[in-house]
Amino acid sequence: MQSSLPENLIKIESNLKSLTRTRSIYSFLSIAALIAVIYSGLIVAETGNATSIWVGLPKFFDYPVDLFVGSWEYGYRWNLLLLEYLPDLISTINMALFSTAMGTLLAFFLSIFSSRNLIKSKTTVLIFRRIMDICRSFPELVIALVLLYLLGKSALPAVIAIIIHTAGALGKLFSEAIENVDKNPIEGLESCGASWFTRIRFGVVTQALPLFLTYTILRFEINIRASTILGFVGAGGIGEQLYTNIQWKYEADTIAIMFLLVSTIIALDYLSSYWRKSLIGLKS
Amino acid sequence: MNRSEIIKNYSDIVVTKFSSKMWSTFLVLGIIVYLIIAILSLDISQIHKKWSPERASLFALDTYAHKDHVTMKWSEPDDIIISFEGSRWSQYVGPYQKSDGLPERYPEWTSIGPEGETKISFKNGGFANLYDDKVTIENWPDTKETLVFRLDAQGKPYVENVDNLPKWIRVTENKIEVRPSLYERVQVYSKKVEVHRYNLGWNYFWFDFDSPLEPYGIWNAISLSFSGDRVDPNISNFSLLIQEFLNNDMWHHGQILWALLETIFMALLGTLLAALLGFPLAFFAAYNVTPFKFVRTILRRLFDTLRGIDFLIWSLIFLRAFGPGPFTGIFAIAITDTGTLGKLMSEAIENTEEKQQEGVESTGANKTLQHRFGIIPQILPIFISQTLYYLESNTRGAVIIGAMGAGGIGLQLLGAINTGTSWENVMYMSLLILGVVIFMDTMSAKVRRALIGDETLGAELQLAKMAKK
Repeated sequence: MQSSLPENLIKIESNLKSLTRTRSIYSFLSIAALIAVIYSGLIVAETGNATSIWVGLPKFFDYPVDLFVGSWEYGYRWNLLLLEYLPDLISTINMALFSTAMGTLLAFFLSIFSSRNLIKSKTTVLIFRRIMDICRSFPELVIALVLLYLLGKSALPAVIAIIIHTAGALGKLFSEAIENVDKNPIEGLESCGASWFTRIRFGVVTQALPLFLTYTILRFEINIRASTILGFVGAGGIGEQLYTNIQWKYEADTIAIMFLLVSTIIALDYLSSYWRKSLIGLKS
Repeated sequence: MNRSEIIKNYSDIVVTKFSSKMWSTFLVLGIIVYLIIAILSLDISQIHKKWSPERASLFALDTYAHKDHVTMKWSEPDDIIISFEGSRWSQYVGPYQKSDGLPERYPEWTSIGPEGETKISFKNGGFANLYDDKVTIENWPDTKETLVFRLDAQGKPYVENVDNLPKWIRVTENKIEVRPSLYERVQVYSKKVEVHRYNLGWNYFWFDFDSPLEPYGIWNAISLSFSGDRVDPNISNFSLLIQEFLNNDMWHHGQILWALLETIFMALLGTLLAALLGFPLAFFAAYNVTPFKFVRTILRRLFDTLRGIDFLIWSLIFLRAFGPGPFTGIFAIAITDTGTLGKLMSEAIENTEEKQQEGVESTGANKTLQHRFGIIPQILPIFISQTLYYLESNTRGAVIIGAMGAGGIGLQLLGAINTGTSWENVMYMSLLILGVVIFMDTMSAKVRRALIGDETLGAELQLAKMAKK
């Protein structure tokens, strides 16, 4: 059969075969590497863990069941607990909202100074980028823990920590958005003698604003989670209540707080994906 | 055309409508009112009351410097104790001290003066001299005089020559404090004299105070490990080097590096598991692959629940089952991100181009092959880029989960901060975390840039961009 094929086709087929072979060797190697990583990771985890995975797995449902049984026994007044913890939830959301607002403002200024199409000096751009990298790379928790030690237990250290992280994370995204804008409007403004500020206001911000808002909304959602977590280490709000109630083994209260948190996060998730899609004009 | 004509003829373009003007004004007003309320409710104005610059600068100093303590009790002036960071476990033994058969070991900045006093030299060129009945400081900046501190008849410290006391000496009833800069401090009490001498750098970073390799220093110790006689006859120099480094009592390198490894594996395995679970599930949640609406709805809601119950709450649940350790972190990350990746990928699958799949279908391929060659090549770059993105953010997340109780570097860091004294360890761990996060960040950004061109966009934006192309 093969002998009847023209010579160039035979050549192509042999080429194809060798390519397929190389490809399958690569896939095999990457799968082997993947398995090696998983296996060694499991060994590290098994040695580092207090309880072996085989002991832990059957106990997985113990805690959720405990929680539900506890709140069942608490009775019908459970829904009043939701009202009781609502102020804490609001204070956590407040923390997140304020720090997102401040962080966004900071990120905006940082991003202007780290965009190559707005700043001519390469050193300035580099310095501001490194500042943002460092702000972004520290987990909020690390900054918050140090500030909590220095400033005492209050919401303030958490807010500062989230602002720093938000400024770094959003600043990077903002500056990439700015660098990707169409430069024709900027040049047009420049040609009619617009100042640097006017160029940014009408040439850059108008183009990048939808993307800015998209990123900010996404960040707000992330910051609500962050401020809850920082509540655990002493920043107050619903995180602190959750932590205390878990420590005291108040199942009904714990589940009420979890319910509040989860419903907030889910609601915000829907809201933000709706906003984002309408902002970038994308229909799912 | 003049201005008024333009406004008249093109009023719908040039003139901003009153309602839209008001709208933006109200928005700005609302934001300002909110910020005022937030500033009041968050006690931002209290910041200057809580902020003590002294404490903060001491804390900052402690992250990059170390100090040695010299303590002399007036009742036992012969027994001067020189210790590293004031610790009982790291005391120097010198000739001016009652040694209990220990080998002599004292820092080079101490010496014995002509009258048998102990001289402590400082970086600023000055000396503090501890005599049996007095303390003098000589050759300090801004003052050429030698200042003498003694105890009076009531046992209260006083300065002998009070005429022109420099600003950096504070005399109170029970204490004289000499502190020209953050690096030198002499305190004279009625019971004792305490001298703190700060030095830049992290001391005993490679080997701790009691280590047999400490006198050699790191470079000599490394060259020793390749040649030379054994420092410890029972063990080769190289193993001794490794062992002494990892078991450093002051820096706990072994413990911290292991914790870091745990944290990295938490993020790595968690993300991998999430990818392995989320990828196939995404196919069952996409309408162009799975025709059963029932299955799709269930999976969609499952993804939402997994994602909505934050990794914080998942880690609490897993903490109860597995106890503190990496498994808690791995499963918390895996479960949360299964939801996230599943949702993103199912949307990506639904947004794929149909033509490729139709092309594969036209060759007579069955459904499985259609999906394999019609859909997977389209979504694979997005899938890998998203997974890498989550790997990067999970590295930060794993530190946080660790501090909540899952162990790893997060817990070590929390412990170090809570002791409130070992700030140099806090700095060390923070730098390690920073290094790992930046490494992950750069690596994943590089791969993502190669795969997709634009590394920062989320899945939906990436798809929108690809569709435009």
